[in-house]
Amino acid sequence: MAIIHVENLVKTYRVAERRPGIAGALAGLVRRHYREVRALDGVSFDIAPGELVGYIGPNGAGKSTTIKVLSGILVPDAGVCTVSGRVPWRERTRHVSRIGVVFGQRTQLWWDLPVCESFDLLRDIYRVSKADHARARDELVEMLALGDLLDTPVRQLSLGQRMRGDLAAALLHAPDILFLDEPTIGLDAVSKLAVRRFVQRLNRERGVTVILTTHDMDDIETLCSRVMLINRGRLLFEGPLDVLRARVTSERWLTVRLANGRQTVEDPEAEEIRRDEQSVTLRFDPARVSTAELIGRVAARYAVRDLYVENPPIEEVIARLYGEPLP
Amino acid sequence: MIDSIRLYARYLGISLRAQMQYRASFLTAVATRLVQSAIEFLAVLALFDRFGTLRGWRIEEVALLYGIINVSFAVAEGFGRGFDTFDRMIKSGEFDRVLLRPRHTALQVAGVELQLLRLGRLLQGLIVLAWASVVLDIAWTPPRVGLLLVSVAGGTCLFIGLFVLQATLAFWTTETLEIANTVTYGGVETAQYPLAIYRPWFRSIFIYLVPLGAVSYFPAMAILGKADPLGSSALFQWLAPLIGVAFLLAALRVWGVGVRHYRSTGS
Amino acid sequence: MTPYLAILSARFRMLLQYRAAALAGLGTQLFWGLIRVMVYEAFYRSSSAPQPMSLEDTVTYLWLTQAMLHLIPFRLDAEISAMVRDGTLVYELARPMDLYWAWYARAIAMRTAPTLLRALPMFALALPFLGMRLPPSPWSFLAFLVAIGGAVLLTSAVTTLANISLLWTLSGQGVSNMLQVAVMFLAGMYVPLPLLPDWAQVVLNVLPFRGIMDVPFRLWSGDIPPVEAPHLVVQQLAWTAAFVALGRWVLGRGTRRLVVQGG
Repeated sequence: MAIIHVENLVKTYRVAERRPGIAGALAGLVRRHYREVRALDGVSFDIAPGELVGYIGPNGAGKSTTIKVLSGILVPDAGVCTVSGRVPWRERTRHVSRIGVVFGQRTQLWWDLPVCESFDLLRDIYRVSKADHARARDELVEMLALGDLLDTPVRQLSLGQRMRGDLAAALLHAPDILFLDEPTIGLDAVSKLAVRRFVQRLNRERGVTVILTTHDMDDIETLCSRVMLINRGRLLFEGPLDVLRARVTSERWLTVRLANGRQTVEDPEAEEIRRDEQSVTLRFDPARVSTAELIGRVAARYAVRDLYVENPPIEEVIARLYGEPLP
Repeated sequence: MIDSIRLYARYLGISLRAQMQYRASFLTAVATRLVQSAIEFLAVLALFDRFGTLRGWRIEEVALLYGIINVSFAVAEGFGRGFDTFDRMIKSGEFDRVLLRPRHTALQVAGVELQLLRLGRLLQGLIVLAWASVVLDIAWTPPRVGLLLVSVAGGTCLFIGLFVLQATLAFWTTETLEIANTVTYGGVETAQYPLAIYRPWFRSIFIYLVPLGAVSYFPAMAILGKADPLGSSALFQWLAPLIGVAFLLAALRVWGVGVRHYRSTGS
Repeated sequence: MTPYLAILSARFRMLLQYRAAALAGLGTQLFWGLIRVMVYEAFYRSSSAPQPMSLEDTVTYLWLTQAMLHLIPFRLDAEISAMVRDGTLVYELARPMDLYWAWYARAIAMRTAPTLLRALPMFALALPFLGMRLPPSPWSFLAFLVAIGGAVLLTSAVTTLANISLLWTLSGQGVSNMLQVAVMFLAGMYVPLPLLPDWAQVVLNVLPFRGIMDVPFRLWSGDIPPVEAPHLVVQQLAWTAAFVALGRWVLGRGTRRLVVQGG
């Protein structure tokens, strides 16, 4: 029985168009021209309890809109949506008290208050009993190593510390479902690992259903068994990550910075796809030449100052998958 | 209901403590407001000194009106600050977080900040009110005192209602309309004097549209035991402050419309 | 001379752009003016004793205070306080320009541009419809213009002094608000000064703030005959010179202090 059921969600935004110049501004006063943007164009999916699902797509694809609908903030134009048997936007307070939401770029903690006071305030807001709250808080503090930070005002915390605080805050009222919107954005590597480990524990040990939107493919790879790919309001892919990857080439990109400014890097099994003053980027297939081997060859032949390996960005994957021109 | 009040009290406690941290500038700010309000009242005193009465109204009677309306406004300003800066909340997207919490949106917005600075105006209003009540030649029976308190409460509700309406505009437009400030501050200025002295069309605005008369002038007539040149009945005078409460409830309804609009257009 | 004029004209033109805000404020001021006029009419009708100023002149005075509200000093220059706060003030000091006169030029623009934006539409409405009266003679009008010139110089000097005080404390904002209200009262914005008690007139004459509003407005209405204008304008200028001198001295002390502090 799905805990989240979504069927044919449609949401259209009207964006006011402004024509340039004074004439345009005056005309705008008289009659507004609107452009319609289909943020959600018939999205359907089901999520079972205890799943950890990744929700990916380029910017503007409709991820935030979906999360807003699922969390009850936004009312869709059409379609069915139930979360734990409730329609999110119709029973806002009851729905919202059973979910947790973390936005990567905005904290829900009170800026000037020590962390523990934010937690106490949330206890009153969510009407949690003192005992339950204390238990949840202590567990979360231990899991997220927040002990030393409890008395620190939020504005003095680093981004990584704040994110941990936000994760705790979102879970104090013991929700069954957690929405994470770009939780690792801007974090250093250590913090990212901490966040991922925590989310994994949460999902495995406590059975919290998690929907994770992210641009970071490592997040997806470490955490998600299932992935949903959305673009332009349509769900393009839904299933295990391996299947998605297999659909696209498994290529990797190697970017090299040379010490002496000579700008060509050549290799028989790699193809140059990008070059600028600082660096050259090659694409290669790890199935044909292993990453280590390629790096070894390049380093041997060129005076390398720096290099890194990455997956092609998600936009490339999507573009490749659907034959769309690169953004 | 009770835990809403408890939550609000918690919000206030937090604001209070945050502001107490900056004690020196807080005290100067309070002192400033106190001086400002005092100077404003000085103007009233000076005019009475020169003209003696205001169409048959004596200074103590006008002071009663002045005190009621200023105390109401100060208390409302103190509690309604969150609505003042609501447009900022919309722009920053913080309102989404408000929607994610299982509490009434207006309650959360109201709890954003308690403006202790308003204490200055409050003190001055209380002083004037106290002076008036001592100097006035009336018997302060419990019903009269009760009516006075209810008038202030009704006035506070009305002003908070105005703040709520002003904030609700932010759901539709990013421009903050000056007219809202005009109505509140202009309203305070108007209601400091007996409504009877104004032109009929002007008076009607503050009786029917923004019913400030109901929370100051009319109950004051009952308190003073004066015959009302505008012809209101005693019954009306005693019940009038409730109109302020009704205004607030109506304003909250309009707020609800604004929230619905926000949730369907997605800001 | 020319760089300061350039500053003045640039600021002036920039401030003239705030037309939308000006329009919004117009409504507020019409409202306030109406309230005040009605209250004073009621007061005048309450007493048959002769008053220092006629009701008509008082009404004219009231509309003038609303129309020329922006003459009041102390609206602190937000750019200057920002400069002090983040230390970019040092760049101002490095320029080959007398800092005081540069700030003075800004202050003049800050007072005159909004005043013009506000006064013209208000005059257009108040004169025909709301009870404001024209000057009784062309001489009165001329006297008014000259006195407004003096008022602008005076209020700009006061404003500049207030801006300079920011060098000492940024929380001077609070004190300046208090002073602003006091000056508003002493200039005639709360009660037309002639209506204040006689003993108060003595104090008011000794203070400079009368020259900012009260004097020019009463020249307009003829309450002060135009022949008295010259010596009143001289008073304005004398006070202006005093504020300028004080401002320059304080600025000198202030910038030296900043430089020493490494501000």
